[in-house]
Amino acid sequence: MARIWSITWHTFKEAARDRVLYNLIVFALLMIGASILFGQISVGIEGIILVDLGLSSIAVFGVLMAILIGIGLVSKEIERRTIFNVLSKPVHRFEFILGKYFGLLLTLFVNTGVMAAGFYVALFYQKRSLGPEDLLPLGAIYFILLQFALVVAWALFFSCLSTPVLSAVFTFSIYVAGHFLGDLRFFGQETHSRLVSGVTTLLYYLLPNFADFDVITRTAHGEKISGVLFTANSLYALLYVTVLISAAVLVFEEKEFR
Amino acid sequence: MPAIETTELTKDYAVGFWRKRPKRVLEDLNLEVASGEVFGLLGPNGAGKSTTLKLILGLIFPTSGAVRIFGSDWRDVSLRARIGFLPENPSFYDNLSAEEFLNYAGSLFGLAAGERRRRAAKLLEQVGLAEVGDIPVRRYSKGMVQRLGLAQALINDPELVILDEPMSGLDPLGRREVRDLILDLKAQKRTVLFSTHILSDAETLCDRVAILHRGRLQGLGEIGEILAMGVASTEIVLEAPSPGVQDSLASMGVSAVRTGERVRLSVQDEAEVERVLEIAVREKVKVVSITPVRLTLEDYFMEKVEKGKPVREKFDRQALSRKG
Amino acid sequence: MPAARELKRLTRLVSGVLVVAGLAALVPVQNRIDAENGIYGPIADVLYMPSGGLLGRLSLGNEGLLAAIYWTRAVQYFGSRSLAKQARFELLAPLLRITTELDPHLLIAYRFGAIFLTEKPPEGAGQPEAALDLIRHGIVNNPAYWRLWQDLGFIYYWNLKDYRRAAQAYLLGSRQPGALFFMKAMAAKILAQGGDPATSYELWMQLYRQAENEQLRRNAEIHLTAIRATIGMKQLNDLLARYQEAAGHPAKSFEELVAAGLLRGIPVDPSGAPYRIGGDGKVALGPRSKVLLYLVE
Repeated sequence: MARIWSITWHTFKEAARDRVLYNLIVFALLMIGASILFGQISVGIEGIILVDLGLSSIAVFGVLMAILIGIGLVSKEIERRTIFNVLSKPVHRFEFILGKYFGLLLTLFVNTGVMAAGFYVALFYQKRSLGPEDLLPLGAIYFILLQFALVVAWALFFSCLSTPVLSAVFTFSIYVAGHFLGDLRFFGQETHSRLVSGVTTLLYYLLPNFADFDVITRTAHGEKISGVLFTANSLYALLYVTVLISAAVLVFEEKEFR
Repeated sequence: MPAIETTELTKDYAVGFWRKRPKRVLEDLNLEVASGEVFGLLGPNGAGKSTTLKLILGLIFPTSGAVRIFGSDWRDVSLRARIGFLPENPSFYDNLSAEEFLNYAGSLFGLAAGERRRRAAKLLEQVGLAEVGDIPVRRYSKGMVQRLGLAQALINDPELVILDEPMSGLDPLGRREVRDLILDLKAQKRTVLFSTHILSDAETLCDRVAILHRGRLQGLGEIGEILAMGVASTEIVLEAPSPGVQDSLASMGVSAVRTGERVRLSVQDEAEVERVLEIAVREKVKVVSITPVRLTLEDYFMEKVEKGKPVREKFDRQALSRKG
Repeated sequence: MPAARELKRLTRLVSGVLVVAGLAALVPVQNRIDAENGIYGPIADVLYMPSGGLLGRLSLGNEGLLAAIYWTRAVQYFGSRSLAKQARFELLAPLLRITTELDPHLLIAYRFGAIFLTEKPPEGAGQPEAALDLIRHGIVNNPAYWRLWQDLGFIYYWNLKDYRRAAQAYLLGSRQPGALFFMKAMAAKILAQGGDPATSYELWMQLYRQAENEQLRRNAEIHLTAIRATIGMKQLNDLLARYQEAAGHPAKSFEELVAAGLLRGIPVDPSGAPYRIGGDGKVALGPRSKVLLYLVE
């Protein structure tokens, strides 16, 4: 619907002009540049280091961006009371949620594009010429974008429930925890308690498994990511984002703005 | 059909951390705003004015009771296409300019791009922001923000305009402009509902007012009726009346205060005023002034709010205590 | 207006359904991802990290944390009974190398590696050289820690059967601060009777007593059981030989020995299953035995 697009576009415009984002992008580009120097420490692995560190920088800074703007999605609008301007117009509440989500996703998409461009410039500078194997990092970047889609959805969800600061803390915690679900499930299984084991297995499937998307090291070593993984992870991200947005809509429909 | 109609509208908030106790902020509000009228919602802070407006707009939900707008249930989101809203102390996105924001607002109403731009330009002109339309809103002063608020409330050419404390943050010039704007809206046959705690504004603008206090409707009426609720008394100032005149007046039971050459009389009813004037003319006493001391909105308000002494008594004391 | 209420209800319903259905659908998708990732799941990065030192530097001060994570993965992947059949032990050596490069003082990693790297497949990697490298690295970084010398001794003794070096290791270890008395005793015993089941039994008994986690304890236990079985079987074979000498023909079942008064009852192995006499006339494990004799080969 046109309204959702309008909310998306203006959320993007507002977020894209945020000073903080510029700083983060600059940092990311610096890191990518630095990893060229880093690679020169050990012979033979410059390429690996650049891809590894470069992609990791994009991932880390992107997540930071996602969290920082993500918390402004709803809770900041409520705190600053800018939300009255939108909700007093003929806009359905779920349209607001969707528009905000896509607006932020678009912002991240564009920022990632800038960082990825920086990355390829660095790669070209280092290798002097690019070949077909240099398309592999694009696959990793796609996985990174899937991670962002999830992180933003979490930020949106928490944003509907609590204050900006708490939303940031919760989102970050979920992001970290989501990398250790395998370990969690393992420990649950090793305690010989059916209850604990059951709970940890439940959590394994319930919490977002961010570790699924970690393909950076493999990519750095030139390993191709299978088509099955592309499809399965895309599907995972799509399903999970749907769950989170629906949950956010449920919460948001009942919210009152004093 | 009334523009807005509330029936037994009640709102409770749950207060407290563990055991939630309901706090009633609005109770059994019955209100009707007719099409084309300017309606004022008055009351001290915390009376429930903002609550009422937000209930109408669906920003908060009634605990019980009903709200109908243009005859339809408040839940109908499409109704808002016909409403313009200015929130109290409005706030806008930092990085967008006023033009961009108005464009955004217009798009939410489904206006076409060209139409949006046209209206935005016109409205910015109208509220005096034409020169600064393209700078980011975070650099606006409070008064400028308020004006942008008014502009965005009108972008959709609304039948019903709801304003929450529209005068707040404005200097006297700004307030005058807003007053003129509201009168303008009235001339265009739009319905205006606004809340304020500045009584003089309500007096000059409203057809009718409702007075809220502690969530309850304390009074409702047409301004004209309230203000004409009797000339409470008439103050007549005479210059150097002779002792004989003074005696006649005293025998009439008219209270008088003498300051220098002037005598100030407080006369209760119409008939007495005529008699005093007859005496003055006959005795060739100069009448300096005749001033009807009328019930102001403030008095009406204070009575409703304080529920203290009856209004008339206060008047005499006021009138008599004024120095010459 | 009824439509407005309906829309709200519809929104709620659709959202609720999406949440529940979405969560449920995640399960098969996650399983598919896990299947596809296979072993790469828990320990992907190890295969590619050029060195723990580099990783440590990249971790910006969090080497200890990283070491703990890698160690956790090692335990998760190689120590779990549930995953035992799928473990590819050839990945254990690089994993432990990186772990101990990240944190050279993570002593349990050395002990773990010493045992599971030397053990022959499928119980372990069968890479005694890798185990030696690991322990030497450990000793270089923790020279005064006597248990590492014990582990070194173990590697030489158990798999390489180099009893001289094994005894040397125990001796050197016995001189380190805090070393327990048995170190010296072991050194002497190995020199005298290396390879003797009784010596091996003692060695494994020490490991059993010192076991720091379930995997190590269980591993020591099955070895002890196997050694006890070996000792028991040797004694039974001696008895069988005596019977053959006396009776002139080999026994076909233990009943005969009971009848001859050489045994009080049918002998059972440490796992409680009765022994039998194999086709070659020697003692063999019964069909229901849980003893893992091949460990002692």
